[in-house]
Amino acid sequence: MNKSIIRLENMKRNFQVGDETVHALRGISFSINEGEFVSIMGTSGSGKSTLLNLLGCLDTPTGGEYFLDDIAVSSMNKNQRSTLRNRKIGFVFQSYNLLPKTTALENVELPLQYNPDYSSKERREKATKALDDVGLSDRLYHKSNQMSGGQMQRVAIARALVNDPVLILADEATGNLDTRTAYEIMVLFQELHQKGRTIIFVTHNPELAAFTSRNIVLRDGRIIKDEANGKIESAKIMLENLPKQED
Amino acid sequence: MLGIIIGVASVITMLAIGQGSKKSIQAQISEMGSNMIMIQPGAGMMGGVRQSSSDMQSLKLEDYYSILNKTKYIGDCSPSVNSNGQFISGGNNYPSSISGVNPEYLSIRKLTIDHGNIFSNQQVASAAKVCIVGKTIIKNLFPNGDDPLGKIIRFNKIPFTIIGTLKEKGYNSMGMDQDNIVLAPYTTIQKRVLAITYIQGIFASALSEDVTTKATSEIETLLRENHKLKATDQDDFNVRSQQELSTMLTSTTDILTILLACIAGISLLVGGIGIMNIMYVSVTERTREIGLRMSIGAKGSDILSQFLIEAILISFTGGIIGILIGIGASFLIKFGIKWPISIQPYSVLLSFVVCTITGVFFGWYPAKKASELDPIEAIRYE
Repeated sequence: MNKSIIRLENMKRNFQVGDETVHALRGISFSINEGEFVSIMGTSGSGKSTLLNLLGCLDTPTGGEYFLDDIAVSSMNKNQRSTLRNRKIGFVFQSYNLLPKTTALENVELPLQYNPDYSSKERREKATKALDDVGLSDRLYHKSNQMSGGQMQRVAIARALVNDPVLILADEATGNLDTRTAYEIMVLFQELHQKGRTIIFVTHNPELAAFTSRNIVLRDGRIIKDEANGKIESAKIMLENLPKQED
Repeated sequence: MLGIIIGVASVITMLAIGQGSKKSIQAQISEMGSNMIMIQPGAGMMGGVRQSSSDMQSLKLEDYYSILNKTKYIGDCSPSVNSNGQFISGGNNYPSSISGVNPEYLSIRKLTIDHGNIFSNQQVASAAKVCIVGKTIIKNLFPNGDDPLGKIIRFNKIPFTIIGTLKEKGYNSMGMDQDNIVLAPYTTIQKRVLAITYIQGIFASALSEDVTTKATSEIETLLRENHKLKATDQDDFNVRSQQELSTMLTSTTDILTILLACIAGISLLVGGIGIMNIMYVSVTERTREIGLRMSIGAKGSDILSQFLIEAILISFTGGIIGILIGIGASFLIKFGIKWPISIQPYSVLLSFVVCTITGVFFGWYPAKKASELDPIEAIRYE
């Protein structure tokens, strides 16, 4: 439980916009241990997207160091980071980003295609298992455009799980969903958390932070709040308390 | 893929129509006998009196044989002897001339047999009394519409059996009736009609229009040698080719070649631009997909090879379908509206190569651009 997955040491990220330098992150330090369910909150412009990109190894910091699973990221080149993302991180995006006209199974298999260690048979097995885990075992061969938003997000989560990542990064994963479906997805995340997954959930919705085990709040590129959530709410109960749908 | 299919197919069809028209125009001009070469005895002097060329006896059968055997650029060759006189068949008669030739004369003069046969080489050797006749002769000697085949006509009291008739050719540009013609073996005319051993002329055809000039000079050298002429002596013969016709043919061919090149260039350009647009747009639209693939771990090289393979597959299948459709459309034009077409291997190859290269390049280039983007930017690309 105490193994540190993420360690940030005074991480900075500056952007050059014209002649001005924008300080998106002004020195951030924290570490996240295995099995934590962390929400990162902040208004737009607070630097949370920048932080997410850095945590996801999509970007490199201007200063400071970032250790993912004890590997220093900032000195890596593009291809090394690609491979690192492929092995260590699972992404869940706000807009799902599934391949259109492609079956759920093929979408989930996608990250494994870039890992030569897996044969096509293993890929299929693992993808089937991952879809089973998110409750879509009856929709393996549905095309992505034949599914609802909630189903598409489940496929996306299955895709994030399929490579057994040390970290799942969710970027406003419920942002495009209605309340009920959003709660359903949160239930899924909480289940994954209970199974021991490390999840970072980026959102600007304080309501959702109540479901996570630790809340980090950013403002103007600095952490203004970082505390454990003493009273984790159960998304399952919230879902049951929602007024019944008429159909 | 549709862009490539249409591009390849239209280029092939355009070129097929162009080539077909060019060939048919060329064929029509050579139909007029543009590769024909005529050799006549030269108008020489005899005791200070200039002689008519048909009275000269400088051309011998040996000249014909040496042209037949020792030249490189001559296809067909026939000796020629002529006699004028009255043809009689029953109560009808008609004045004309009879030409003694060999069977190759037909292809030299672009004449075709309508009914019956041309006389054989054996009949030439045995000086058989047979002939083939043109439409004007038939009209005048058999006004009742009798079948002339097998009938006997008399020429200067010598009976000739008609064994074939010639297809109608009409008047030539000089206003001469080309159907007023009777052909017989040259041996028959030489021995039985004129009782001569020399020949009055030689007709020959160059292998193709392009080598007519070479063939002419070849014959001149050969005949000077045969006639043992000194370098200072004048030719005792004339070699004439259809200069005017062959010049016309060359210039027409040149113009058509330029026209065809323009057609090919423009259709390739248009096809290429179409392919470029379609491939460029369809790959650019997939920038988000490229971003996603990169964020879940694809390297730039993975993306490039994927899109390159896709572009190659699409371009090749598109190209092959395009070739089939292009050839199909060409044949449709050929049989549908009876337009002459000619599909050249080079036009198929050219359109396929240009279109697939364009397709592959413009499938690969935007993918390369996208793979160089940050995954963050690519995935947010709208």
